[in-house]
Amino acid sequence: MLSLLRSPKPTFKHMLIGDWLTIIFSVMLTVYLFQTLWSHEHASKVQIRIGDKVYAAYDLNQQRDIKVHGAIGDAVIHISQGKVRFSKSPCHNQYCVHQGWLTRSGQAAICLPNQISLELIGEQKPYDSLNY
Amino acid sequence: MQIQTTIDDHRIAKLAAFAIALHMVEAVIPSPLPGVKPGIANIVTLYVLLQYDFATAAWVSILRVFASSLLLGQFMSPTFALSLSGALLSLGTLWAAQHLPKRYFSAITLSILAAFAHIAGQLIVVRLWLIPHASVSYLIPIFATAALFFGLINGLITAKLLYNKTQLLESDKTEHGST
Repeated sequence: MLSLLRSPKPTFKHMLIGDWLTIIFSVMLTVYLFQTLWSHEHASKVQIRIGDKVYAAYDLNQQRDIKVHGAIGDAVIHISQGKVRFSKSPCHNQYCVHQGWLTRSGQAAICLPNQISLELIGEQKPYDSLNY
Repeated sequence: MQIQTTIDDHRIAKLAAFAIALHMVEAVIPSPLPGVKPGIANIVTLYVLLQYDFATAAWVSILRVFASSLLLGQFMSPTFALSLSGALLSLGTLWAAQHLPKRYFSAITLSILAAFAHIAGQLIVVRLWLIPHASVSYLIPIFATAALFFGLINGLITAKLLYNKTQLLESDKTEHGST
């Protein structure tokens, strides 16, 4: 079995016509996903969820800290002039905090252990009664 | 009590051990985003599929998911559910894709398709169970890019391994022929 690894350098000469088609198709799919799912619109609101329930939505044009009580403890969400981030979280891996600032509409930060998530909402997405 | 084992069982165990070892190596590689991983253990699944048959590949893949999660202490955790759903959907895709004509489609196509199916399976679980709202969609393009990139690399490695294997068999044959 180990003798198979004697020259493990990958080469492109094993690629067949169908492989190239698969790659071209996959690249097109990926580009399409980027174009449709990543909006470059600036966000106007942040929606905070705990579990599957909407906890609150805040305007982004302000400077404030929001303390949210999640599944394992209190997280602090910091809003500052059009952007938002987790500034404190009780989770052990701190992925949500390291994700940093969110600015564009559709972006989200998720803290799985604490079940809190942030989602940025733009002008074009009328979400629910909170907008009216 | 003695459990009767066959040669097939031993082969599956040996190949699954390879996959588990690769999975462990991968577990210590830091990842920029949770979920974006090279998936090098899938090289074993793919190699087994093309060298043996689908049933062996399915056994190796499922055993790898269960054993690795036990070793990493993630059994029955969300990570395990993600790993299992990804593995199942990618096996389903491989089962369908193995019927593609071999003349035009090599391991590279299978690898890319399996990688996309893997992230699709994971995203379905994330969307339905872990984070039941639409914000995950923002991450889909990143996962798709990773699937394409790592799927291609894993496919190239698998193709190379299979090529080396046939070369090895041929050189064995010529050696035997000359003596």
